[in-house]
Amino acid sequence: MTVYVKGVVFDGVDFDDPNSWSIDAYIQRGGYAALKKIIAEGITQDAIIAELKTSSLRGRGGAGFPTGLKWSFMPRSFPGQKYLVCNTDEGEPGTFKDLDIIVNNPHALIEGMIIGGYAMGITVGYNYIHGEVFEAYERFEAALEEARRAGFLGDNILGSEFCFQLHAHHGYGAYICGEETALLESLEGKKGQPRFKPPFPASYGLYGKPTTINNTETFASVPYIVREGGQKFLELGKPNNGGTKLFSISGHVNRPGNYEIPLGTPFADLLEMAGGMRGGKKIKAVIPGGSSAPVLPGHIMMETTMDYDAIAKAGSMLGSGAVIVMDETVCMVKALRRLSYFYYEESCGQCTPCREGTGWLYRVVDRIERGLGRPEDLDLLESVGKNIAGRTICALGDAAVMPVQGMLKHFRDEFLHHIEHKKCLVPGF
Amino acid sequence: MLEIEIDGTKLTVPNGTTVIEAARSIGTHIPHFCYHKKLSIAANCRMCLVQVEKAPKPLPACATPVNDGMKVYTHSDMAVKAQQGVMEFLLINHPLDCPICDQGGECQLQDIAVGYGGSSSRYEEEKRVVPNKDLGPLISTDMTRCIHCTRCVRFTEEVAGMQEIGMAGRGEHSEIMSFIGMTVDSEISGNVIDLCPVGALTSKPFRYTARTWELSRRKSVSPHDGLGANLVVQVKADRVMRVLPLENEAINECWIADRDRFAYEALNSEQRLTKPMVKQGGVWLETDWQTALEYVGNGLKSISRDYGADTVAVMATPHSTVEELFLLNKLSQALGAGSASVGGRYADERLAAAQQGAAWLGQPIADVAQSKAVLVVGSTLRKEQPLLAQRLRQGAKRGLKLAILNPADDELFSAIAAKLISRPDQMVEALAGVVKAAAELKQAAVPADVAAAEPCAAARGIAKVLVDATAAEGDRASVLLGNLAAHNPRAAELAVLANQLAAITGATVGWLSEAANTVGAQVLGLTSGNLLSKPRKAVLLFNNEVEFDSHDGQAALAAVKQAEMVVAFSAFKHGAVDYADVLLPITPFSETAGSFINMEGKLQTFNGVVKPLGDSRPGWKVLRVLGNLLASEGFDFDNAEAVRKAALPQGESGVAAKLSNTVNGVAVTLQAAATGLVRMGEVPIYQADALVRRAPSLQKTRDAAAPLAGLSPATAAQLGVAEGDTVKVQQGEAQGSYTATIMAGLADGVVRLAAAHPTTAQLGAMFGSIQLTRA
Repeated sequence: MTVYVKGVVFDGVDFDDPNSWSIDAYIQRGGYAALKKIIAEGITQDAIIAELKTSSLRGRGGAGFPTGLKWSFMPRSFPGQKYLVCNTDEGEPGTFKDLDIIVNNPHALIEGMIIGGYAMGITVGYNYIHGEVFEAYERFEAALEEARRAGFLGDNILGSEFCFQLHAHHGYGAYICGEETALLESLEGKKGQPRFKPPFPASYGLYGKPTTINNTETFASVPYIVREGGQKFLELGKPNNGGTKLFSISGHVNRPGNYEIPLGTPFADLLEMAGGMRGGKKIKAVIPGGSSAPVLPGHIMMETTMDYDAIAKAGSMLGSGAVIVMDETVCMVKALRRLSYFYYEESCGQCTPCREGTGWLYRVVDRIERGLGRPEDLDLLESVGKNIAGRTICALGDAAVMPVQGMLKHFRDEFLHHIEHKKCLVPGF
Repeated sequence: MLEIEIDGTKLTVPNGTTVIEAARSIGTHIPHFCYHKKLSIAANCRMCLVQVEKAPKPLPACATPVNDGMKVYTHSDMAVKAQQGVMEFLLINHPLDCPICDQGGECQLQDIAVGYGGSSSRYEEEKRVVPNKDLGPLISTDMTRCIHCTRCVRFTEEVAGMQEIGMAGRGEHSEIMSFIGMTVDSEISGNVIDLCPVGALTSKPFRYTARTWELSRRKSVSPHDGLGANLVVQVKADRVMRVLPLENEAINECWIADRDRFAYEALNSEQRLTKPMVKQGGVWLETDWQTALEYVGNGLKSISRDYGADTVAVMATPHSTVEELFLLNKLSQALGAGSASVGGRYADERLAAAQQGAAWLGQPIADVAQSKAVLVVGSTLRKEQPLLAQRLRQGAKRGLKLAILNPADDELFSAIAAKLISRPDQMVEALAGVVKAAAELKQAAVPADVAAAEPCAAARGIAKVLVDATAAEGDRASVLLGNLAAHNPRAAELAVLANQLAAITGATVGWLSEAANTVGAQVLGLTSGNLLSKPRKAVLLFNNEVEFDSHDGQAALAAVKQAEMVVAFSAFKHGAVDYADVLLPITPFSETAGSFINMEGKLQTFNGVVKPLGDSRPGWKVLRVLGNLLASEGFDFDNAEAVRKAALPQGESGVAAKLSNTVNGVAVTLQAAATGLVRMGEVPIYQADALVRRAPSLQKTRDAAAPLAGLSPATAAQLGVAEGDTVKVQQGEAQGSYTATIMAGLADGVVRLAAAHPTTAQLGAMFGSIQLTRA
């Protein structure tokens, strides 16, 4: 279920119309106008990037890096091939927004990528799509074909000198391939393992060439910014947190789904849009930004707004915007056990702290859950977590640690209860 | 240059230096596992984390480039905590089986754990167990010990050229393995044993035979190919237990080939000849040295007297030492038999006469890969020169253009810029085409004897590579001749053409010397002529097994069988048991002092590392006694050094003066396109010398498999032969039956059937004409 409240990515999309994804429908609601405007008015690369900077658009994949700044890193005069890559390898537990974009509004992404290619002088792009979503992949391929036929993709776009080829690529379901350098390795046909940085993709990316990688939602926000202006986008949200954002709400709410709302909207409002707590139960905890974000107690969330800065201030991350809502019946030990198992299974195994540490974390949490915990286990978990965090090649190590740290920070009592009483604090578990 | 401060010490380093390299340059050791100076940076072990000023997190020293003004702390609280944290992770799943681990005592994990590990483990969960893998007969695996540093993976891909080992699976389930059902077959695979920082990959032949601290380490030089790899031979109780590389950047870098590493097994072989033996009435009797040598002396004297001294032939292999070859040659001349020969595998009598000096690489080994282009003429490069092939591979990655002119397009795991595949008996015409094309490109005079050549497109491609490479001032190129050229019946013409090509393009001519002392033998004046081309009454064979060490094994065997007296100086009881009259046990390289002159003209001296086995004696001592016995002057030497001084009075500088690849007085006669089938009879890597033939583990490798009869697809189709068919092969009277295999990339009209193998030794000339029919 997708609810468009007020925003840019799904601007004008009619979710009840099965053809709303098509190029005709997209053009009718103002699609490709941004691209046409750029070509017709000869808007410069610098002007587009400046507009992005004004908009304060931040990377929607999780890290929240300012997009305009990222685009400005791309070497403009590089003599060889450069690449533009879209990361639709949406694997973060709780996140399901990019899937909705390529199914319901694929041309927003395509137009955003074409504009990106234009702004950075790139002629070839790839969209790396998550492994398990074959129908969505096919929808995107169909949209690509429409765009090619309409002259928006390919050589001499809209009669200009500008050429841009865009290809879809199918991943095979490894979480790690959502990490941008692992994605590049996978795209090159190699085993998906992150690269050591630096060098960053902007200087050494796909096939060793300068490459810019953005998330699907980020690209899909670009046409709006070019069409309506960066200032208008910024004003949709709040300073430093421009625009609207898709939130994937899951868990114990009445209407889980994607909600596109302005950044800065109070969480309480978002929860209400999602129909409130299921069965009228009490909210216990929320993971506000995908499984890698530290969990926050419900009462803290209820006083927080949904934007990068406010969530960071509350002690977590906005991440990819996956909001996992947990009610009072949830056992936090069991929840952490599931989260830790995920990172243990998805660690690529390349570097030592993550390969060895994620298994250690999982086993200790599992032991506590099975009633075999020891009081010193909690310090051990924190210590092992410290030895992983900040010492790995990519951020998966940090991502595996954050749930542990968040849980122990806010729900330590529950873990101690498990250890002491060999059973759950939460009734019924 | 960049300025950096490491633990308070200021130093300047060149741009691009990493922190670990900078630290190493001032003697600061940063613990590491995955980093290796010859491999790409993986930064996966995280052991080398150090504190860098202004960096919020510890950074891996191996992957962090030095920035100007950087301050690094390798032993600060942050650095040590990070290193200890990594160490703990590495140990939680590592078995505590050091007492039964072959790596114990030389294990990086063990060493670093002493410095950074805890005395007890906080890990109380279940430990990981990883199934072992079959990587072949040389490398033993204990995969539970693996710490996933991927040095072995990177070695096979980057140095050996093909990723035969990879890391499959994900996370904690990652496992180092070969391709499913495949072993590791590289000719330099054993280096992964040295690279493995733990006991996951160890030496299969060495396994459980000694603890490292029981071994004494002695320097030596590899007696196999012409590279002269430097070795550390490890010895326990007067027995060679293991061989490791001795790092020498100018020669073998930090690598050795598998034959350098594993051929030692032959030193302790059951087939060692340990007592002098004389055949009487068809029965072999063990005897003492006095009796045996007197028997030989008397025999030689009477044959010289009765038939003339020129009926004696003295033949060695170029794997013998300078000292041995010098005395052997001296003995041959003292007998009046002329020069001794080391040229059993050579077929072109013109070559030795035309050469103006000892044929050599023409340049230092390290310079070869610095060439802009290299043309290799006639070589199974990876098998003939495993480590030089590796150097060229690294060169090719840096932009060296590698071109080949060869009967077969063997996989070199290097980018090939141009290639010309030609049947062995047409290589002269093929190379002549390259010479002519090069002359035309350079607008130089076309040498008269190649005027009639018709360069094909491939020949023009090679010429262009060489001409382009030498276009800029100071850029170098090389034309290197391998064994398939040296053993070719028209080798002298190939040498002439190589020189012409070099003269036109400004390239350097070089020979990829076949054996450890090929250059030395020529410096000492031994001949490469075939002494068995006329009937002999007496034959002295020094390390020479005629059936394997001759161009035409069948003819050579017949020649020695008809001789009245055959004396075999050998470390092994070999085929001579059938045709010799006396077997004299001489020692292999490990039991004698000696020296080899390698392909770059470097004189490398070594001492015996163990005592001679049984009654065997160093060859030079045996020759000294025999020389004296034959009442010749000048055989009184007290030690090997004295022999060497007599052999090479000016030492290495005297050697340099004798090196030359110039050939004079040979005309190139272009021939019409050949018809009929011709044999490509290369010497297999593990049949090249007496030691590798008797090293059991090497003999179990894929490279040691019985030769197949290779045919190009077109030739196979013409002959109606399919893959796997049994075929009958005939050379003169000799015949044999083999399994056919179709080889794409083999020249048409060629039957590729390796020589020097027990199953092919009865056949004729290595590059002679041959018949093949479906059985």
